[in-house]
Amino acid sequence: MKLTGAEMVLSCLEAEKVDVVFGFPGGSVLTLYDEIYKKGLRHILSRHEQGAIHAADGYARASGKPGVVIATSGPGATNLVTGIATAYMDSIPLVVITGQVARPFIGTDAFQEADITGITLPITKHNYLVKEIEELPGIFKEAFFIASTGRQGPVLIDLPKDLQVEEGEFRYPHQIEIYGYRPTYEGHAGQISKALALIKKARKPLIYAGGGVITSGAHQELMELSQTGTIPVTTTLTGMGSIPYDYELFLGMPGMHGTYAANHAINESDLLITIGARFDDRVTGKIEHFAPHARIIHIDIDPAEIGKNIVADIPIVGDVRMVLKEILKRFKSGETEDWCKKIQEWKAAHPLRYKQTEPGCLKPQFVIEELDRLSDGDAIVTTDVGQHQMWTAQYFRFKQPRTLITSGGLGTMGYGFPAAIGAQVAFPGQLVICIAGDGSFQMNSQELATAVHYQIPVKVAIINNKYLGMVRQWQKMFYGGRYSQTSMDGSPDFVRLAEAYGAKGYRATTVEEVGPVIEKAFNTPGPVLMDFHVDPEENVLPMVAPNTSIVEMIGGDE
Amino acid sequence: MGKRILAILVEDRPGVLTRVSGLFSRRGYNIQNIAVGRTMEPGVSRMTVTVEADPITVEQIVKQLNKQINVLKISDLTDEPSVARELLLVKVKADPVKRSDIQQMVNTFRARIIDVSPDSMIVEVTGDDEKLKAFLLMMQEFGIKEIASTGKVALYRGNKLTRETRC
Repeated sequence: MKLTGAEMVLSCLEAEKVDVVFGFPGGSVLTLYDEIYKKGLRHILSRHEQGAIHAADGYARASGKPGVVIATSGPGATNLVTGIATAYMDSIPLVVITGQVARPFIGTDAFQEADITGITLPITKHNYLVKEIEELPGIFKEAFFIASTGRQGPVLIDLPKDLQVEEGEFRYPHQIEIYGYRPTYEGHAGQISKALALIKKARKPLIYAGGGVITSGAHQELMELSQTGTIPVTTTLTGMGSIPYDYELFLGMPGMHGTYAANHAINESDLLITIGARFDDRVTGKIEHFAPHARIIHIDIDPAEIGKNIVADIPIVGDVRMVLKEILKRFKSGETEDWCKKIQEWKAAHPLRYKQTEPGCLKPQFVIEELDRLSDGDAIVTTDVGQHQMWTAQYFRFKQPRTLITSGGLGTMGYGFPAAIGAQVAFPGQLVICIAGDGSFQMNSQELATAVHYQIPVKVAIINNKYLGMVRQWQKMFYGGRYSQTSMDGSPDFVRLAEAYGAKGYRATTVEEVGPVIEKAFNTPGPVLMDFHVDPEENVLPMVAPNTSIVEMIGGDE
Repeated sequence: MGKRILAILVEDRPGVLTRVSGLFSRRGYNIQNIAVGRTMEPGVSRMTVTVEADPITVEQIVKQLNKQINVLKISDLTDEPSVARELLLVKVKADPVKRSDIQQMVNTFRARIIDVSPDSMIVEVTGDDEKLKAFLLMMQEFGIKEIASTGKVALYRGNKLTRETRC
């Protein structure tokens, strides 16, 4: 069958069962957008390309399906860069389609030309510049396959303008073989046996689980491993939700803003069972002092993660769900009674807590607790990056995987709101809350127009402390309280900003106002923004200073 | 820390050299030497990369390279019986009075003179690191004007291959 390049793209998307794309049109994708118009493919128009790609990322994290985003050449493509890097760091499947100038103009500094395959080389799992029309179907097949298998990640396809109108023979491949790409899914049987022997022998085992558990859908196996062996669990920021908060052996998050129990358990454990996590510096603190008494089992789908930051005693490369299933087949029970008793003592003696300093002063943690209470924890929550993100991880009681959507690796401010739009597109009937900072929100606040345009009923909660709070906290703690460029003076009245876009806006400045504002927001159809004026000087505690041991915890314990 | 020689088989696609060399630089591994050329298989190129790194770093380099879709196979030839050679072109000052001395040195090293002009010569020499170092030392006495080198290429000795051919 003869099709034009643009028609082929639509046929490829159809073959991959893509029912929605996020994007922003422009000169070099006009033909493609004409085809979108003709075929009636559902397209969410953002107000900035970065909004489109974060939305596609939020869609992917919420649904588990690859997110698809389209932008034009040059500035359209370069505006995607932060979003691509965000997805790459957290291993999120995206297929990114960019327009490119016509083939004869490539390399001539033509209008709106940028070498986007060159620019995104270090932040994509793979990328393509389509040079011949015949290659197009195969490249799309490969792109979706590579993005959504192995260690997932973003794949970019750069599509020259003239190729979109050229005709070629279209046949979508059913199967592909990529010689240089063969991810390992099954764990090595010998390594699994060795791991089992260690797990059975351990008296102070601890599970340290990350985002890989969520990607591979291994939360049930994770729970089963914990229950079978009576093994406590700590989950990283991106692993949050893989274990319900109220499970008695759940310790919360480890690391820089982790719980006392999680950090001390790592410090005293004799066996760290690492599942789909990568020993990030925010988790380990000073790596030489990390888990000093523990043998380490490291299960990960990416062989390059093994031994990158820490040497594992038993590395197992494979899909964590498949590996856990194998382990569970031969694992009956563990002897951890004394260890669990100690853990429970830590949990009881050192819970996360904050002080209500003076009456009437609204604490940000209280706002998060109220959002949790009034949604009954039954919501998809996205965040931006900073203090509010850590308070969300600490105080929102996640029960299900894929309910916390947050930029963990890259730490991208401005991520949360567009990601919430994407998550809501994936789950139109679900309550989606974006918890944002007043600083972060302003990095993509233009997406209010997108939410209003499509009546995407995201509920935004701005934890407004009139500072870049996390930077201010570091300035307070490590830079003599010199608040260099962290005041957010000049910020808009967020309620009126929302109203200007045609959304609803509500404000709470006192403890008493919080509950009613949240209830009103949850009960109002369409997008709603809540502006919570909180204590500007509140710090995220406990805290481990960078490059120190994770048991050298500051505060949070009075 | 020691020198490691990696033979990397890659798909012959645009940008593949950038993918490989870019990966070395952005993860902070220093390439000492790199050579790229054809193989017996159409569409497959062979890169020979020499890096100075400890074994743990090399393991990480190999794993990162393996994640590249266009990288087909990586072999570390360092600890296996193998041969490595590099070709060097040396433009050396050659006054008529010095020419026979140079000629003698060229013979000793089994090198070849491939160009002669009134006051200089170009000598071609092939060998391992030691030999090339020694040759350059000798040529310095006459005055080296410029050198160009190919980078090192290497193969396993005996029957061992870096990979079975695809068929």
